[in-house]
Amino acid sequence: MIERIEQLRGEAREQIAAAGDSAELERLRVAWLGRRAELPLLLRSVGELPPEERGPVGRAANEARRELEALLDARASELAARELEASIEQGAADITLPGAPPLNAGSLHVITRTRRELEDIFLGLGFTVLEGPQVETVHYNFDALNHAPTHPARALTDTFYVSEDTVLRTHTSPMQIRAMQAHPPPLYVVIPGRVYRPDSDATHTPQFHQIEGLAVDEDITLADLKGTLLEFARAVFGDRREVRLRPHFFPFTEPSVEVDVSCFNCEGRGTLRDGARCPLCKGEGWLEVLGAGEVDPNVFAAVPDTDANAPGYDPERIQGFAWGLGVERIAMLRHGIPDLRLMFENDVRLLEQF
Amino acid sequence: MRVPLPWLREYCDPPLSTADVERRLTMTGTKVEAVHHHGVADVANFVVGHVEACDAHPDADRLRVCAVDVGAAHPATIVCGAPNVAAGQTVAVALPGAVLPDGTTLRPAKLRGIVSEGMILSETEIEVGAGDEGIIVLAENAAPGTPLSELLAIAADVLELEVTPNRPDCLGLYGVARELHAATGAPLAPAPWLADPGSAGPLDAVDVTVRCPDLCPRFTARVLEDVTVAPSPLWLQARLIAAGQRPISNVVDVTNYAMLLTGQPLHAFDLDRVEGAELTVRRAADGEQVTTLDGQTRTLDAGMVVIDDDAGPTSIAAIMGGERSEVHARTTRVVLEVANWDGPAIHRASSALGLRSEASSRFEKGLAPEQCDWAQAVACALLIELCGARLLPGTVDIDAQRPAPAPITLREQRVSAILGVDVERGRQAEILAALGFASEPVAEGLLVTVPPERRNDVTREVDLIEEVARIDGLEDLPARLPARRGAAGRLTHGQRVKRRAEDELAGRGLHEAVGWSFADPAVLDRLRLAPGDPLRDVVTLRNPLSESQSILRPTLLSSLLDSAAHNAARTGPDLALFESGTVFRATAAGLAEEYHELAALLCGALAPASWRGQAGGADFYSAKALLEGLFGALHLSFTLSREEWPFLHPGRSAAIEVADARLGWIGEVHPLVAGAWDLPGAAGFALDLDALAVAVPRDLQFVPFSPYPPLRRDIAVVLDSGTSAGDALAAIRGAAGDALKDARVFDVYEGEQVGRGHRSLAIALTFAAPDRTLADSDVDPAVERIVAALAELGGTLRG
Repeated sequence: MIERIEQLRGEAREQIAAAGDSAELERLRVAWLGRRAELPLLLRSVGELPPEERGPVGRAANEARRELEALLDARASELAARELEASIEQGAADITLPGAPPLNAGSLHVITRTRRELEDIFLGLGFTVLEGPQVETVHYNFDALNHAPTHPARALTDTFYVSEDTVLRTHTSPMQIRAMQAHPPPLYVVIPGRVYRPDSDATHTPQFHQIEGLAVDEDITLADLKGTLLEFARAVFGDRREVRLRPHFFPFTEPSVEVDVSCFNCEGRGTLRDGARCPLCKGEGWLEVLGAGEVDPNVFAAVPDTDANAPGYDPERIQGFAWGLGVERIAMLRHGIPDLRLMFENDVRLLEQF
Repeated sequence: MRVPLPWLREYCDPPLSTADVERRLTMTGTKVEAVHHHGVADVANFVVGHVEACDAHPDADRLRVCAVDVGAAHPATIVCGAPNVAAGQTVAVALPGAVLPDGTTLRPAKLRGIVSEGMILSETEIEVGAGDEGIIVLAENAAPGTPLSELLAIAADVLELEVTPNRPDCLGLYGVARELHAATGAPLAPAPWLADPGSAGPLDAVDVTVRCPDLCPRFTARVLEDVTVAPSPLWLQARLIAAGQRPISNVVDVTNYAMLLTGQPLHAFDLDRVEGAELTVRRAADGEQVTTLDGQTRTLDAGMVVIDDDAGPTSIAAIMGGERSEVHARTTRVVLEVANWDGPAIHRASSALGLRSEASSRFEKGLAPEQCDWAQAVACALLIELCGARLLPGTVDIDAQRPAPAPITLREQRVSAILGVDVERGRQAEILAALGFASEPVAEGLLVTVPPERRNDVTREVDLIEEVARIDGLEDLPARLPARRGAAGRLTHGQRVKRRAEDELAGRGLHEAVGWSFADPAVLDRLRLAPGDPLRDVVTLRNPLSESQSILRPTLLSSLLDSAAHNAARTGPDLALFESGTVFRATAAGLAEEYHELAALLCGALAPASWRGQAGGADFYSAKALLEGLFGALHLSFTLSREEWPFLHPGRSAAIEVADARLGWIGEVHPLVAGAWDLPGAAGFALDLDALAVAVPRDLQFVPFSPYPPLRRDIAVVLDSGTSAGDALAAIRGAAGDALKDARVFDVYEGEQVGRGHRSLAIALTFAAPDRTLADSDVDPAVERIVAALAELGGTLRG
């Protein structure tokens, strides 16, 4: 009996060692250790043996079974490892094929991207974002903003009219008045929005977008305007930018300034490394980016006292600054977009670039 | 405004380079847009010559061979083709090496066999005059070899200035000189009009009546006799050319010169052509016609002003003279008109006539009546000097007097309060004085008197603060941040929802378009809107750029279709676009209603062809999938209800509802509408984003989920094709009880196996319990109830 066990053990060892794949090994496991295999049967019948044989035979059979189990497991991991290696080797992907199924990358329009970025800069500086109507009254668009009744900007050639006293707003500035009407000072707001003027060429489209800024309190100076716009300029055009204020004229600010940012293309030098004139700032070293100023006292005087804005905007007590910048202008400068009209064609070949 | 720098330096000559002058002017509010160079780039090799001999060229009839003393050891041989060259003349010579304004460098050149060692110059060749009939003949007293630049203005830097509309005083060169004086501290020469050869008092030679003093606050006239009309001297011509004006004749050139210097336009009439020697200033009659100097017939209206003589209109006041009374070659008696006009009226008239001139562009900004005196003085002195004219004593002066405005108090402390930097009182007074303002110290600061030419612009204390700031203060202004008391710096809920919604669509592969607010009224028909459709209540512009841009869009669909059509025609019809923007609706009274709409449009294939199968095309279901994705991102649920829109496929469209409020539409674009935009087909949706934002939850609350795994059961039910999936799911949910967490259609089959008029819906049911892992036996009763409920709808279970 013990001999038979040793014989079975020997045969099984050889076959297990020779097993070529996991499937064959599983067959061997059943063949040698399955319910009907000889060794388990033998083990189950140990009880029928004479008492003196039971001990040695049982031990031998158990030992044989344990060894075969261990051999099967060891061989199984060996085969599994080999098979995994083979399958990995065979299953290499062509990493140059396009992904599938394809997923499109969408995009936000460069105007939206730019507008949001600017909003975020001013949110960070403590301003809130307000929006207002695009069809606006002549009162808010011109009268309340200190435009003389004969101011040329009111002409049919400069403003779209809907009726005698209604226009498409020519700037976001009417919201200065609406904002002050609805909120008491101090007030820190930016007003992004679409505006309209009847012009059409490479640098003018009849619609474009502005972001108005308004900061009003009892002590807001032109120096505060400069600091605020310096933060904006550095956030948009880089940490080394400087700003300068140049005197200008706008009806609704006094003093009025145009704001230049040092050119980011030539680091404000006006010339490139090779000595050529900087094409972006045309050698000036500065880029004109927006108009601004201290809010004209007449604008404060045009703000009616309401329940919502008490104590109101007395020009002797209240002062502040305002600016208006062109979103497209910033986007064109930063991204090198040559023609404003491209902004509203919505050619996917432009859209997908941003 | 073009300002030749040498001319400017005659009045204010700071020791600064052109670039530094440019910078100072720009930084004090007179922006230099460009610096042009007029004439020759380098004055070297341009000299005075003396023609010693002038002989016929042996081989060319029209050329002469001249021996010209140019101050060198030997005379230069110069071949000249000008008809007027002659021995004994003093001439302008360019020697080899000279660079002409057109950029050519002069070299010795053989002309018909004779080497020419230079060139005798004409006026146009060095841009000093308009005469082109021959060479320049100079006064005889100049020595040969003298640099030509000492006699003629052959080189000048010219500043091109952007003058803001509040500063018409800077549309005169002396005004710019005053700015330069204030900006640099360099001395300012006395005003050129201080020496006036004329006199006040009556003048009988011409009779003037002003019928509309509201439009003509002041009218002055002087008469000059014995005028000899001839070309102007070259110094004058050169200045006019450099300033961008064409020399015409001495009389006309003097009026232009005086305008450029004083900023005040003026007009010379030939007195012998002024019928009755009478001028009447009056409003035009509506529809009245006048022929202007350029030979055009212009139709006027009652807001415009004409100047009549006895024979009718001779000119449109302030805008353009008439042909009939123009100064001509044989004119001997001149009426010099210098008048002041109402700026806005002139602006309106020149816009209406489409006529802008150097004169109207100055008048329209509103000049000071005092400027009339300046121009009279400058022009009369020059007409006497250059045209041999004799000025008659007296001046017609019809002046609707105005009171001088009260002086303005400038509080010293107020300057620093506005600017954020201190400018001390003495410096304030100094700046104001340099700019022509008189001031005297008072307790709080300064009491300031505004000069006439600045009265329109400077009326308040803050205007004076600006004057101080632009000369001193702005450049070295510190950069500070405001105190920002109470400043919050956050987006509103609605603004955040808008960004989230846009990001979601972009993240799902759509490109954002930004279309025109303007639309073509024909779009309303192309959208198949019936008469009376509310979308036809559009906002219409009174003065559109064109008919096709004359209304404001009532829906983003038309914008998106425009954008899609643009791309389909260029790169093909596979497109996924969205737009987030304002749409407009006219109201009976007041402003328009404006909505912020969010709309998406899908056309063609939803994704590029792939090596692992083809993506679906744009249709109702792909639009709905997108809508589901969007609402999922916004944590909001919606329902669709069947609804028809004229621009949508009637069987494949629906209203989007949130909590019973209708927020928009979804569907396939009607084939006729798609066809009108040359698109093969399209699907999309539009939502009122403002209303949507209100519905989007502000705060999300945690909803507990079971820690035990859910149990999924799939069933397939055959239903009448007319029974919607929604009805089936509603029946399932109604019957299932609490354990059913989700029921979702994952397959639809129509075909032989289920019979005509039927379809099979495969539905995944997901059950879960909060307290244990469900066993099949736990959900069997629920499934049985579901099957029974479906049976009530006529459904039978498959397989």
